[in-house]
Formats: sequence, C-alpha cells, structure tokens
Amino acid sequence: MSQTTEEMKTEKEVVRLKDNKKTKHEEVNLKGTFASVMLLGGFLIITWLAVFILFLVRNG
Amino acid sequence: MNTVQQSEQAFDKKDSKLVISHIIFAFVALLIGGIAGLLQGLVRSDMIQLPAGIGYYQLLTAHGVLMALIFTTFFIIGFLFSGMSKTLGGKLLPRARTLGWLGFIHMGFGTLVATVMILLNKATVLYTFYAPMQASPFFYFALVFVVVGTWMSAAGMIYQYRYWKKEHKGETTPLTAYMSIITMSLWVIATLGVAVEVIFQLIPWSLGWVEGINIMLSRTLFWYFGHPLVYFWLLPAYICWYVMIPKIIGGKIFSDALARLSFILFLLFSIPVGFHHQLMEPGISPFWKFLQVVLTFLVVIPSLMTAFSLFASFEIYGRSKGAKGLFGWFKYLPWKDIRFFAPFMGMLIFIPAGAGGLINASNQMNAVVHNTLFVTGHFHLTVATSVTLTFFGITYWLIPAMTGRKLTPKMHKLGRMQTWVWVAGMAMMSGAMHIVGLFGSPRRTAYSDYNGHPDAAAWEPYYIIMAVGGTVLFIAVLMMIYNLYKLFTLPKGYEEYPIGEVSDLAEKPPKLFERWGFWVSIVVILILMAYTIPVIDILNNPSGGSKGFVTW
Amino acid sequence: MHIHKLEKIWLVFGIGMLGVFLLILGISTFSYGLEPPSAHQAVNMENLYDTPPFDELGLNKLNDKEYEAILTAYVFGFNTGDEEFTVPVGSTVHFKATSPDVVHGFEIPGTNANMMVVPGIINHVTYTFDEPGEYLILCNEYCGVGHEIMQTTITVK
Repeated sequence: MSQTTEEMKTEKEVVRLKDNKKTKHEEVNLKGTFASVMLLGGFLIITWLAVFILFLVRNG
Repeated sequence: MNTVQQSEQAFDKKDSKLVISHIIFAFVALLIGGIAGLLQGLVRSDMIQLPAGIGYYQLLTAHGVLMALIFTTFFIIGFLFSGMSKTLGGKLLPRARTLGWLGFIHMGFGTLVATVMILLNKATVLYTFYAPMQASPFFYFALVFVVVGTWMSAAGMIYQYRYWKKEHKGETTPLTAYMSIITMSLWVIATLGVAVEVIFQLIPWSLGWVEGINIMLSRTLFWYFGHPLVYFWLLPAYICWYVMIPKIIGGKIFSDALARLSFILFLLFSIPVGFHHQLMEPGISPFWKFLQVVLTFLVVIPSLMTAFSLFASFEIYGRSKGAKGLFGWFKYLPWKDIRFFAPFMGMLIFIPAGAGGLINASNQMNAVVHNTLFVTGHFHLTVATSVTLTFFGITYWLIPAMTGRKLTPKMHKLGRMQTWVWVAGMAMMSGAMHIVGLFGSPRRTAYSDYNGHPDAAAWEPYYIIMAVGGTVLFIAVLMMIYNLYKLFTLPKGYEEYPIGEVSDLAEKPPKLFERWGFWVSIVVILILMAYTIPVIDILNNPSGGSKGFVTW
Repeated sequence: MHIHKLEKIWLVFGIGMLGVFLLILGISTFSYGLEPPSAHQAVNMENLYDTPPFDELGLNKLNDKEYEAILTAYVFGFNTGDEEFTVPVGSTVHFKATSPDVVHGFEIPGTNANMMVVPGIINHVTYTFDEPGEYLILCNEYCGVGHEIMQTTITVK
C-alpha cells in the first residue's frame, strides 16, 4: 500500500484541471446528432404503434 | 509530460493476471454455451434429434446459465477490475486484488458445480429456476457461490475506490471508476433479491426443511433481480461507449456530468421495475403493475441521453476533421478499427433492441408478445449483440494491453470479419424470432407441430431461418475463440488502454453525484414504494405453500 | 448542469413520447378495462379437483354467447373436462385457469389471450371469438420435459 498521491493521479484528472468552468456547448454544431436521434425517436414511435395496433386488432 | 508517461506504462502484472483469468473463463463459458445454442437451433427446427438422452431443456438451461449469467458476469468483473486498476492509481491495492481472486474462486467453483448439476440432469429448470420446479440443492448452493463471489469482487472494487477517495480529497472520481462503482452497487442491491429467494426459500425447501414455497413471492424476488440484471450487462457496455469509444475515435467525451447523471438514473430506475416481467401473472394488482411500467419507462430516459451523447461525440470529432453536411461526419469514423467497429455495431443494434424493449414493457400490450419468441429475439439483440459485440470490441484492446502486445492490421481485419458474421447470423435468427413471436410461437419450447395445427405449420419456415442464423452465430463464436487465441500471440509492444478525455467545453460534475448515502436512500425509497404493498399482498395469499416437482 | 439546446429539445421530445405511450396505455387499461390478467383469487392446490370451480371443468353458459371456461393446466396437458371446448361464432369466453403442479402458460396464438397459470391462484383472461375456426391453446411457459406437447383447442363454429 505504498501508492503516492502522484501515482494515483490519473490522466483524466490532469486533463480536468485544465478545464474551464464556463461552457459554450451552444456553439457546437450538432445538427447531425439531432437528426440522428430524431430518426431513432421516429423508429421507436413507428414500431411501438405498429404493435399497439396489432394489440387492438387482436383484441377483437 | 506526466500524462504521456502514465499512459505508456505497462499494465500491472498481478492485475493483468486477475483480469485475464476472468476474461478466459468468460470465453470458455461462451464456447460451451454456444455449442448448446447451436444444438437448440437445430432441434427446434426439427433438423436433428439429440442423442444419448440429452434433453433439449437441459441444453437450454446450460445455454442460459452459461451465456446470460456466467459469460457476462465474469467478463464484466474482469473488465471493471481493469478499469479500477487503470484509473484509480495504476494498480489494485493488495486487498482489492485478493478480494478479486476470492471472488473469482467462488464464482468459478459455483459455475462448475452448477454446470455439473445441469449435465447430470439434476437442474433442468432453466436459468430462471421458477418454483415449484425443484432442482437439486447443489444447484442452488452453486448459485449462492456465484453471487457471493461477485459480492467479494464488488467489495474489492469499493475498497479500491474508498482508498482513492481518501487519498484524493475533494477530487472528482475518474469517470470509469465512478461508472464501475454504480454498476457494482446496482448489482449488489439487485442480487439481494435473488439471494433472499435462494437462501431463504429455495434451499430450505429443496433440503426438505420446509414443506411449501410461496411461488409468487419467489417469482417476485427473482424479477426484482432479473431486470436490473440486464442493466448490469448493459452498463459496462455503456462505460465502453461513453469513455473508451471517444478516445478510440480520437475525440473527446461529450459531457462528463451528463454521463454520470445517466448512470445515476440507471441506478435509481432499473430496480423497481421487475413487474414488467410479470404482467400476465395473477396475484399482482393492475395498479402496481402499471406503476412499475411507468418506472420502466423512466429508465429509458438515460438511454435517450446516451444516444445523444454518442452521436454528439462522433459529430464533434468528424466536424473537427472538416466534415460537411448533416451526416458527413459519419465518414470520418475509424471503420477499420475493430476497437470501434464491433461496439459501434452493438450501438446500432441497440436501436431495434430498445424498440422491442419498449413494446415488451407496455403493460397490456405485453399480451401480444409475452413468452413468445419475440422476447427471445429481443434479448438476443440486447445482451447477445449490443452487449456482447461491445465486450468483443473491448477484448481486442484489453488482452494486448494486459499482455504487453500490439494490435496488428490483420487482427483488426479478423475482428471485422467476426463482427460481420455475428451481425449476419443474429439478423437472421433474431429477425425470424421477432416475426414468428408476433405470430404467437412460444419461447423455451422444443420442436412441436402441435398435432399438425395450421398455426404451428406456418411457424416452421421461421424455425429454419433461426437454425441457419444460429449456425452462422456458432461459426462467429468459433471465430471469436480463434481471435482470442490470436490476441495472445500478437507481437510484443504497447497497446493503449483507451480512457477518453473530457471535452474542454464540458464542466465539472456536481459534488452531489458522489453522495452515495443520498442516492442509495432514493433507490431504497423507490423500491419500497414499488414493492411493499404488492409483496404484503403476496405474503397474505391464503393458498399456502407448494411442494416441489421434478418434471423433467 | 449545462445541456446543449438540441439535446434539451431531444429529451423533451423523447420524454414526451414516453409520456404519450404511458397515457395511451394507462387510459386504455383503466378506462376501457384492458387490464392485463391479474386475478387475485387463491385456491387450494391439494384438493383442487374437489374445490369449486374446478370440481366441474368445462364450459358453463352464462348468457347468450357468453361462456365461462374452467380448465387446469397440468404436466403435460390442459384439463378441459370431458371434451375440448366448442362455442358458437361471436362468443365471449372467460377462461379461468389454475395449475395443480408447476407454473404453466395459457396462450391462444394470434389473439391477446395470454396469461400465466400459477398454482395456488386462479387467473382469468377473456376473449371474443368473432371468426370461426379451430383455435390452438398452448403452454408458453417451460414446465418440464413434455412442455412442447401441452395443447388443446377451442372450436368456434
């Protein structure tokens, strides 16, 4: 049990020290991300509704 | 620079031994489970009949136990130990490592005993071991060994974490370690349910100390564990997606704080949801079923967050390289890198997998799919593709990083081929399962033409596709075993253990995220809310207990 | 905590989607009586076939085109009394089932009639047969070595 604080310091900690508190994510262009997740959302809605309709049809 | 030196360091030898032992054990389970799976596919499509008195359900038990419980758990614990060692000080504390080995021995012993009991046909109860089917007490004892072993490993990881926290007062825990602690906490809280079931219900009953067993209580305790179990499989894959994949593609972690928040949400909402596996059961009121359905839908939210984060880290990286247009960044991803490609296919398949999950959990809609092959198809996408391909992707860098070797272009190619074969086999098998499940074909059932009933006849073409897909998957298992062997023969060198850096734009996570007493209290409150009244109801069931049955 | 504007929109959309799903499920469950099978009635397993309603297995006519079907699921079959069920087209059938041994399933493929049959408790499911035909009833919960042969039929004509 002889780890020093130095050894325990990880790569990420060092990186984080350099981080700034204030963030400006708004500036990042994430239009493609947004389009991708909306496609994913659309897929969830379509499959869910399809089986829900199947449920209603089978309920007689 | 300090950072560079740190990352060029070889992995601690004693730690790699622990990690590699877990990984090899996991892959042996995968191989045996894969053989069982192949035979099942062939029996169910009426292509072969099993020789020498081996039963279909015996194979099914072996397949489920070895794949869903053993392969996953061993891999996860090995992987998480490697991450704890890497990010919390560069090596495991002796006590943490000892606990890891104790855990390994207990889990390994439990696995061997359980496998022997299954092979002796003393425990053909499937991996859900529903009472009042009664397996040999040895099988239940074996399960206790597996679970207690995982607790020892969890204790080792928590010990390492607490020591680090003590030495680094006021610092934020590295993301990998933070997520690993959440994963193991989730596991410990969840396994309490199955431990109570096995220790206080199944063992005394199978030994004949008590006459009867409360069936609904045992099922409820099992599913209290059974659903968080699937998140225990998923969260380590998410660790890879959140932390390792950004590093592998050369980008940054999109948001450290949001990643932590999503893991907290998993911890909170993945436990009080077991009733969505019991929607078609008597003895639980519609109100309590629906309440847990609502909680189940809440656990979808962190996955929605994850989807955004992953796409965002891809897009930010692609744009930094000059990608244009809405989807131009896709082209900049390292498609030839197996460390990226296998987990990426896992992510992609998580889309239909998640869609199926929403359908399964949708209260009355569950009647369309309950206990049909749709469900089997669903979890072969989640655990057997999204999670498994991610684990394979991890293996490709983990083994060289542990053994001081270097990935070669040929190894990347072998990996890509293996991934494609897996995806193709699974598309066939799981696709056919989803469709034939919607037609009503039951899961966990050997070949039957139901006396020539036309409904059952219409299912047969799908069984053939399932068998072909299953065979392709078995080839993919063999390819993976070969690849694993090749990983140990790679040229000596250095392979990076990829730990992502947080985007410069991201902020420090709030201190509240590491107030464990607070979060665990909320978990306990949610569990009590969701379960207290229905469990009292079940305990008051006047029908008394059931004796045991051996029906195989 | 800072969240990107587009991520906020996505989360509002996604959570809204889940909310709408739950609303549809909740309203149809509690206002239109589409609860999943959740009967609560206990029954003694030991002398099951002397205990009503299982002392008289089979179909009881309740009303015009409304029947109660009393059955048990056992290893390895369905006990429907002296003969398999037959009802006229358009009949609503309330299936009431339990098990004298292990847990079984009750499923009519192609319909929403799907429930767990648990020993010690009676479960119910109701289905209206608008189309003529011979409907398969099968066990969809693993119950032992003969699980795949468990079946019966209900004939609608």
